[in-house]
Amino acid sequence: MGLESALGNGFLTTKMDTLVNWARSNAAWPMPMGLACCAIEMMAFAGPRYDAARFGSEVMRFSPRQADVMIVAGWCTYKMSHAIRRIWDQMPDPKWCIAMGACASTGGMHRCYGVVQGVDNFLPVDAYISGCPPRPDAVLHALMKIQDKIKTEHSVMLDS
Amino acid sequence: MIEQYLPIFVLLGIAFVLAIVLATLSRILGPYRPNRNKLQPYESGMDPVGQAKDRYSIAFYLVAMEFIVFDLEVVFLYPWAVRFMDHGTGTFLAMVIFIAILFIGLVYTLKKGTLDWDMKNLKYDATKK
Repeated sequence: MGLESALGNGFLTTKMDTLVNWARSNAAWPMPMGLACCAIEMMAFAGPRYDAARFGSEVMRFSPRQADVMIVAGWCTYKMSHAIRRIWDQMPDPKWCIAMGACASTGGMHRCYGVVQGVDNFLPVDAYISGCPPRPDAVLHALMKIQDKIKTEHSVMLDS
Repeated sequence: MIEQYLPIFVLLGIAFVLAIVLATLSRILGPYRPNRNKLQPYESGMDPVGQAKDRYSIAFYLVAMEFIVFDLEVVFLYPWAVRFMDHGTGTFLAMVIFIAILFIGLVYTLKKGTLDWDMKNLKYDATKK
């Protein structure tokens, strides 16, 4: 690169997309959609032992206006699905979604008429977490997967 | 005199400029796709009901007043309670009188029905339209 030799030491050249993705991936604020027992594990995920702050996701936002990642934790009834979909719609772009646990991913053991068989029926889910409930480190893993996904996006060139 | 406050003004200026720059950057770099659902007031995913500036019961105002009174009481009590062995009986009596005055006020407001949440006793009921 010619630019780097012109600038000398102490400078770093990068792409705008890379810079924006770096900033976005390290400040993915979760919208905790705690519906059932998975929400307890989600609290542990934000707590000091598992420490989501290491990944920049310690700020649980209870308003969708300030959130980037929706963590759907727990089984979702058809009645609740309308509220979840509206909260998802109210989150500003860009946004990502984690289906946490067996129930949010597939309906889990709630194989009945009232429960949505997986929140991907009405939400674009980016990461699924297995487990009933999953351990907090599994949530961290899903968050890291989301971060990897953010880093591959063409955020400025194609999506702004 | 004014030079001493220069760092504060510099800090205020930096904060102001930074806020504008960050808001503009996120507006330029991030996607902006407004729609009806997104611009709706946030009511935990439910349909918004009524106005945001709705009228609510006057009882909340009285409870807030009482909270401030007892908040201030604690503010005065804490520094005294930490060192109350060092001060004499005079200070102790002064504090007892202070608490007594507030207690009389509490009895007065209770008689007035501050914590009486039964709305039937109020002359004007804000919950009824």
